Amino acid sequence: MADKENSRSVFFNPLSKNNPVVVQILGICSVLAVTAKLEPAIVMGLSVIAVLAFSNVIISLIRNTIPTNIRIIVQLVVVAGLVVIVNQLLLAYAYDVSKQLSVFIGLIITNCILMGRLEAFAMANRPWLSFLDGIGNGIGYALILMIVGFFRELLGSGTLLGFQIVPQWCYDHGYVNNGLMILPPMALIVVACIIWVHRSLNKDLQEP
Amino acid sequence: MNKQSNIYTIIYIVVLVVVVGAALAFTALSLKEKQQANADNDKRRQILSSINVTASDAADISSLFESHVTSQVVINSEGDSIGRDAFSINIASEIKKPGDERQLPLYICNVDGNTKYVIPLYGAGLWGPIWGYISLNDDASTVYGAFFDHQGETPGLGAEITKPAFSDQFTGKQLFKGLEFLPIAVVKTGQAPAGNEDYVNGISGGTITSKGVGSMLDSCLKPYRTYLQKIRISHGR
Repeated sequence: MADKENSRSVFFNPLSKNNPVVVQILGICSVLAVTAKLEPAIVMGLSVIAVLAFSNVIISLIRNTIPTNIRIIVQLVVVAGLVVIVNQLLLAYAYDVSKQLSVFIGLIITNCILMGRLEAFAMANRPWLSFLDGIGNGIGYALILMIVGFFRELLGSGTLLGFQIVPQWCYDHGYVNNGLMILPPMALIVVACIIWVHRSLNKDLQEP
Repeated sequence: MNKQSNIYTIIYIVVLVVVVGAALAFTALSLKEKQQANADNDKRRQILSSINVTASDAADISSLFESHVTSQVVINSEGDSIGRDAFSINIASEIKKPGDERQLPLYICNVDGNTKYVIPLYGAGLWGPIWGYISLNDDASTVYGAFFDHQGETPGLGAEITKPAFSDQFTGKQLFKGLEFLPIAVVKTGQAPAGNEDYVNGISGGTITSKGVGSMLDSCLKPYRTYLQKIRISHGR
């Protein structure tokens, strides 16, 4: 029973109370870069979920054999290998999106969330728990990415997933897309707004 | 076994790297064909965009490409044909050679019974390469359409060169002024170029990318001059 509760908290904590982006403030760089449109944000989120889950499981499986003084190198090799595989798969099956994501798929390797989870969790826990932890943190990251992508695409381009949402008569009456929304600084401001809302809903996260 | 010993560490990392390397090599090899097909299809889509034909899915692109692109030629700067397979020429490496040594790909297309000539472009923007295709009417001077793309220009600024608002400006511009060959200039809004060439407006805030488009047009179109001149002469202009 305690085990079940434990795995539940491992999975659900990173979604809100211990969200990697809005609470731990990790992985901000890619949040700025890939959220100008919703579609790349979703694909990036899925890629991070896949890489995080598999690298957590692999590191957890071999955690007892890794020599301590090269553990970071081992983690990096595993993550880098998985990221390259994801990139190759995207090039083969989602070419257009992979063109939009360009270098940021490669930069998953340097995403702090990955190293953080591997070092803090997978090195000390069994594969199943590590898998849940990876999925949970990946979803926590993807959620924020999608929220930011949603607002930036809607206000910046008037579309969602490429479909026109803001009707033509709005434009006819003088409405204009906010060009600032598709520039990186607005992602920071949107993330800050999410943090603001999140902290006011969770009083225990507020610092005195 | 002592897991902290040097021997163990070295063997461990060697085995790990071999396993990961083998996995990567396997993925790369098994997906290579599909990736190449995607890249080729993307190139076809871009060529079609420059003659104002838009295609949605992959099968569509191939059939539209077959029906619109009637022939391909590779020419040299003297205007002589030196090959047929324009599609497989890597423009990025050709552009590094001096103009008179380049192999120049040219696509001859048929749009509603009219001949169009499509010339590939490749140059440098602010952050990385920019490229495109420009199509000419059968008089070998009037621009019919243009398409531009980039690798990493700033969204909202330099990246605006991909938008029709920029590329549609090229339609109707002339490359030849009398007998003079003057590629189209890209200048700031409200200004005119020093020479007497046709020009389009650059993008506010995307000055370096706009200048990059200008110099790309200049360096990529000039080697075609003799060939285009021959077409004009054969049309009696």
